[in-house]
Amino acid sequence: MCKDNAQTTQLDTWKEVEAFAKRTLPPHVVEFIEEAQREPHPESKLIKVLQLVQEHYGYLGKTQMDAVAQLMQIPTAKVSGVATFYHYFRLVPRGKYMIRICLGTACYVKGAERVVEKLKEELGIHFGETTKDGLFSLEGTRCLGCCGLAPVVEINGEVFGQVTPDKIPAILEHYSEKTD
Amino acid sequence: MSKVKEKYDLILKKAEEYRKSLNYTEKIRIRVGSATCEHAAGSTTVYEEFRKHIESSGRKDILLEKTGCTGRCSCEPIVGIFVPGKFPIKYQLVNREKVHKIFIEHVLNGKIVKEYVLDQAPDSCKYHVLMCDGSGCGGALESGIRFIFEMKLEEVGFTQQDVLLTSIGCLGFCTNLEKSLSSAQILVRPDNVIYKIRTAKDVEEIIENHFRNGKIVERLMVKDRPISQRFYNLYGDVAFFNKQTRVALRNAGVINPENIYDYIHYKGFLALSEVLEKNDPDWVIEQIKISKLRGRGGGGFPTGIKWESAKKQKSEEKYIICNADEGDPGAFMDRSMLESDPFSIVEGMIIGGFAIGATKGYFYIRAEYPLAVERIENAIRECRKHNILGNNILGSEFNFDLEVRLGAGAFVCGEETALIHSIEGERGQPRVRPPYPTESGLWSKPTVINNVETFANVPPIIVYGAEWFREIGTDRSGGTKVFALAGKINKTGLVEVPMGTTLRKIVYDIGGGVAGGKRAKAIQTGGPAGGCIPEKYFDTSVDFDTLSKLGSIMGSGGMIVLDEDDCMVDVAKFYMEFCQDESCGKCTPCREGTKRILEILKRITEGKSTEADLDKLERLAKLVKRTSLCGLGKAAPNPVLSTLTYFKEEYIAHVKDKKCPAKRCRSLIHYEIDQGKCVGCTMCAKNCPVNCISGSRKEPHVIDTLRCIKCGRCFEVCRFKAVMKI
Ligand SMILES: Cc1cc2nc3c(=O)[nH]c(=O)nc-3n(C[C@H](O)[C@H](O)[C@H](O)COP(=O)(O)O)c2cc1C
Ligand code: SF4
Ligand code: SF4
Ligand code: SF4
Ligand code: FES
Repeated sequence: MCKDNAQTTQLDTWKEVEAFAKRTLPPHVVEFIEEAQREPHPESKLIKVLQLVQEHYGYLGKTQMDAVAQLMQIPTAKVSGVATFYHYFRLVPRGKYMIRICLGTACYVKGAERVVEKLKEELGIHFGETTKDGLFSLEGTRCLGCCGLAPVVEINGEVFGQVTPDKIPAILEHYSEKTD
Repeated sequence: MSKVKEKYDLILKKAEEYRKSLNYTEKIRIRVGSATCEHAAGSTTVYEEFRKHIESSGRKDILLEKTGCTGRCSCEPIVGIFVPGKFPIKYQLVNREKVHKIFIEHVLNGKIVKEYVLDQAPDSCKYHVLMCDGSGCGGALESGIRFIFEMKLEEVGFTQQDVLLTSIGCLGFCTNLEKSLSSAQILVRPDNVIYKIRTAKDVEEIIENHFRNGKIVERLMVKDRPISQRFYNLYGDVAFFNKQTRVALRNAGVINPENIYDYIHYKGFLALSEVLEKNDPDWVIEQIKISKLRGRGGGGFPTGIKWESAKKQKSEEKYIICNADEGDPGAFMDRSMLESDPFSIVEGMIIGGFAIGATKGYFYIRAEYPLAVERIENAIRECRKHNILGNNILGSEFNFDLEVRLGAGAFVCGEETALIHSIEGERGQPRVRPPYPTESGLWSKPTVINNVETFANVPPIIVYGAEWFREIGTDRSGGTKVFALAGKINKTGLVEVPMGTTLRKIVYDIGGGVAGGKRAKAIQTGGPAGGCIPEKYFDTSVDFDTLSKLGSIMGSGGMIVLDEDDCMVDVAKFYMEFCQDESCGKCTPCREGTKRILEILKRITEGKSTEADLDKLERLAKLVKRTSLCGLGKAAPNPVLSTLTYFKEEYIAHVKDKKCPAKRCRSLIHYEIDQGKCVGCTMCAKNCPVNCISGSRKEPHVIDTLRCIKCGRCFEVCRFKAVMKI
């Protein structure tokens, strides 16, 4: 990553910078930015652009953020300011499966804490960490809007309701086996 | 005929033709709930199973459809089987195995699988009559009508198997205007017929012609389809639903949220066509003002007044924003509405946009709601296709378009000025008001921000009348409110009731009381900005004003029921943790104050506090409330202050006696095994993660309390209740 950075600074014409930025980002993101530039208030699309980048890579790397800043003509400081402000953005790579456990009220009173403990115990990681095999990352999240089914755990977009600590091993196993 | 009316009729015709082409009325319809909550419960598999079953049966007269979520969360997935001429049957907790049985027995052979029926709705009868009990409005005839009905039915020898009468809450069908003429409305299922009854003779006629001879009494029939008629015809046998009044949720679980024609069939865009036909923004604003609609996002600001002040601004560009950030942990009504009835929110926004003179609207939806985003985007596309969005909407002069913007997980972005910054692509930090967004909002242009539910209420106000809407609610607040009922309650889910309904009715009559036969201790309303209301105030009728008098707020409508096992200090700590984490850091009282408050609360729950801490806590909480910049900091101390007011003794128990009365705070409890009760099954020892339980088989076991990490596993697994939490 550092190497890439060095490279960015060495590029001296705007054409080179632009070309590098375009190479760094996935084509659909470049396209989205170019379209945004043709409309009023292009800078307001920054959050959406970062979301697209994160969807693609699973996180926001420094190189990608720089490229976004260049292409959108927004100061890098602002890009990283926005990226760090919102909980949604992740600045480090994540595992193949993102486990998000709801820490909302309904889940809390229904015992989410115990599920968290079990998850941490089974995976051997804390919030914000990834297992050594790169399979699972763990994250706490705000209400997922399924409070009626509390406690709720979401894994790569799949939602599990009424989760108890006992159910955790089976759920995890289901995913570890998926990769085999 | 005006151009707008012409265009609308054209679209309506298209919708009806589409339904006809599907042969709706002659087919057996299987409706599977489809929303985030339904999916979490497994409805995608259920849908797929039904699809396979239909395919292999080779039957062409079975229609499989999706619908939104009805709001009966803990029973999902819910599947409706609608056979022409028969009662609509709803099944609960459907899974793969149940699909098979339901399909073979019910769909193919007409035999209802009783044990799976939702909430064990009443047994089969020939006709089911729903009548208003007048409790909402005190209508004189309603209370008498049941009596007349019973008498007349008995006279002709009809039993409950023939005609079943159910008194329900306010259906929202009638208005006081009609009541003064002493009439009442009843809904006859499964025929989906509404009668207006004035005299005992009317009752006789209905019994004789309709119930005995199966002939509908045209003379008494209400021709116009009142709001939520379809909903009650489908779900009116379920107590959880028939005690509600469905306005904002009128289409949830009724329509297919991905199909514009379904929405149009249930009066969709009728309001918009009326508004555009009248072509008078002031008229719209006047209607909203008369209706006494107040913002459902938490503040309860009168919507009509907000719209009026934006309209007054002279500006070429104005914006309208739908706040679908729903950050309150424990609230999910906005998600459900976006997913189950997206078109109605779009319609509400177009009407609002017209009223204030906006050219563009934004949906600000949190990224954690991907399905809601998908459905709203689909709704926008469909509307553009049908000239309901874009230039010259429905042939009028009005141009308006919508765009979706995603939130990125910051609770403070629900605050209007922060939300505007976020749409502009900035960090979502609030700013000082005034100027209010209605003067200077998005890109410094006049901007109206309303909540999802606020917009969902707009089309019905226009279609059914502002007076009608106002009368459903209280003097100062019209209409209904949707609550998200969760926590220690039997029937979790979405509940829509008239403003002014008591908490007791919501918790007990609709929610079925506290789970596990425990006692309700308090109800938390309004999320992190709200407070805890103790059981002794459950008879309070709920609206914006009464709740704030009790030191809580209506908020967006989250309601978490707490029972004797919940520690109020712990609950306060939970919310403070949330607010501290979500504080944007712009102003000191909130940034630092919430941290200090949280530290004190932690000390209390860990048994490390002194009595001086309690005073400090109260002073600090009041300070933060008084001096914070935005609503987040201003309201963050509410959970602490309200629990201090109503549950001081629990705080004192923690501080003085170092005991947690609810036995929730880990530092203040320990586990022991009752030697008299323990049979030595070894279950606890096997489950203890730190192996600190000793004892041989068939001998009483002992916990080494020094090594015990108080995880509670032993307490849970012991089937002989020998493990004690002390
Ligand atoms: C911290 C904070 C969070 C808020 N979150 C929401 C929210 O998630 N949804 C919402 O509609 N309003 C929320 N509000 C209220 C909005 O600021 C605003 O009052 C509301 O959207 C106005 O719409 P209404 O008049 O229709 O209620 C929040 C306010 C604050 C201070
Ligand atoms: S009160 Fe809190 S959230 Fe609001 S501006 Fe101040 S620090 Fe930010
Ligand atoms: S599980 Fe209960 S009964 Fe069995 S050994 Fe443990 S304490 Fe005794
Ligand atoms: S509470 Fe947990 S650690 Fe303590 S004895 Fe029971 S199982 Fe073991
Ligand atoms: S609190 Fe967990 S889903 Fe809402």
